[in-house]
Amino acid sequence: MKRDDTLSARLMRILVPVAAGILFLLLWEAFVTIREIPRFVLPAPSVIFESLVQNFSSLMGSLWVTLRVTIAAFLLAVVGGVGLAILFSQSRHVEMALFPYAIVLQVTPVVSIAPLILIWVGYDNVEFALLILAWIVAFFPILSNTTLGLRSADHNLRDLFRLYGASRWQVLTELQLPSALPYILAGLKISGGLALIGAVVAEFVAGSGSGNGLAWRIVEAGNRLDIPRMFAALFLLSALGIAIFFSLSLLENRLLRRWHESAVRREG
Amino acid sequence: MSAAGAASPSLIELSGIGKTYANGTVALTGVDASIREGGFVSLVGPSGCGKSTLLRIVAGLIAEDRGKLDWPASGARPHDIGFVFQDATLMPWASVTDNVYLPLKLKAVSRAEAGPRIEAALSRVGLSDFASAFPRELSGGMKMRVSIARALVTEPPVLLMDEPFAALDEFTREKLDDDLLSLWQAQRFTTIFVTHSIYESVFLSERVLVMGARPGRILAEIEIGEPYPRGRAFRESPRYVEICARVSAALREGAAI
Repeated sequence: MKRDDTLSARLMRILVPVAAGILFLLLWEAFVTIREIPRFVLPAPSVIFESLVQNFSSLMGSLWVTLRVTIAAFLLAVVGGVGLAILFSQSRHVEMALFPYAIVLQVTPVVSIAPLILIWVGYDNVEFALLILAWIVAFFPILSNTTLGLRSADHNLRDLFRLYGASRWQVLTELQLPSALPYILAGLKISGGLALIGAVVAEFVAGSGSGNGLAWRIVEAGNRLDIPRMFAALFLLSALGIAIFFSLSLLENRLLRRWHESAVRREG
Repeated sequence: MSAAGAASPSLIELSGIGKTYANGTVALTGVDASIREGGFVSLVGPSGCGKSTLLRIVAGLIAEDRGKLDWPASGARPHDIGFVFQDATLMPWASVTDNVYLPLKLKAVSRAEAGPRIEAALSRVGLSDFASAFPRELSGGMKMRVSIARALVTEPPVLLMDEPFAALDEFTREKLDDDLLSLWQAQRFTTIFVTHSIYESVFLSERVLVMGARPGRILAEIEIGEPYPRGRAFRESPRYVEICARVSAALREGAAI
């Protein structure tokens, strides 16, 4: 009985938003058709879908470029952010020396650094420049969350480790990193989205003819007033963002399910 | 009482222990005490009397800044000291077994070798059936049992307990007090038990050190002199009530000064 309840409740949680989405698309379609809005202002969903099918291979190619940059930047941000946070946790002096500059890197708008990075890396190597820019954006939330997480270990547990003569390495691997895991995962969720934003924004800035990711498809479609294609690219970008968010939520749930309050399903 | 004291050498010898925190608070001053090997001593007193500080000094977690802490029987502070905090202080990400394994793991004992010792520790506290549970799935009393199993898994010569059952309900607390006494009788680890409950200190220990606050110091030492095993009969005896009244009077005298 109870199982059925939760199953139908879960089903509702998927069905209700999907139904709302379909209703929205139908209203959109009807609105555009009835008001005879030109397709270069607001294309109907059916037209967007048509464009998506027609330009499938070029859009997929661009999706792959954007995905590649985003994932590489994200993974490097994880390695860099967690790595640097661990270094900070081991040496107060390194933290004092470097943390302010990490903040400088974070608060400087990425758009303003982009031209510089492009010049340094060279216009024949735009994808690498995009990677660097996306990395800069994605890196900081992981660094600051991990730094906070590593510090959040229970003080009594710390004392206990000391009592048993634990080494620094043992304190790090057995106590600090597990304590930091929920913080790190929260950082990953923020950074996953930011890596995508970074990759897209950087490509916009890189400008004409240099990139071939989804951002460039949007610029290109805009220049040609091919709005359906623009929407198709936009749709793919959103889908990519959603996919990243859900993958990271799933990872979080898997890792924290048995012990952390945030992931525990309450009974009753 | 002095016969028992003379028979086994003193394990922990405190003389003139004092501690002043950086903010100028005098946590402890001139604490003298002698705890015999295998003994059970309670520190009882109001909050702020430095009883937890004293326990941490014995554990080596903080350093005394006056006086001397000696270990006459063993020569030095034992490597294994069991410590139980007021909270169970378990690792939420680890199963009951892994939590109990921690002290052995930190001493590089392999999992295979530790297995039987973990099982034994869990069965001693009556939690064999919960070996694979996670802390959040346990009640407060059960978490505290895991904490005790973890403290005892190394079979330490010394067990230090810092208000371990203070957050539990009366019923669970009495049960845990009984179980702690049977464990102590079986294994005879030297125990220092910090509590703010007069009843608990009288029921459990051979000797109660009554402490006073501002500055933290020992006001009185009261020998209980009641044989073990102790149980319901002792809890309900006039003698128990009479000793509790004595401890209470000593505490009040300290507060009046």
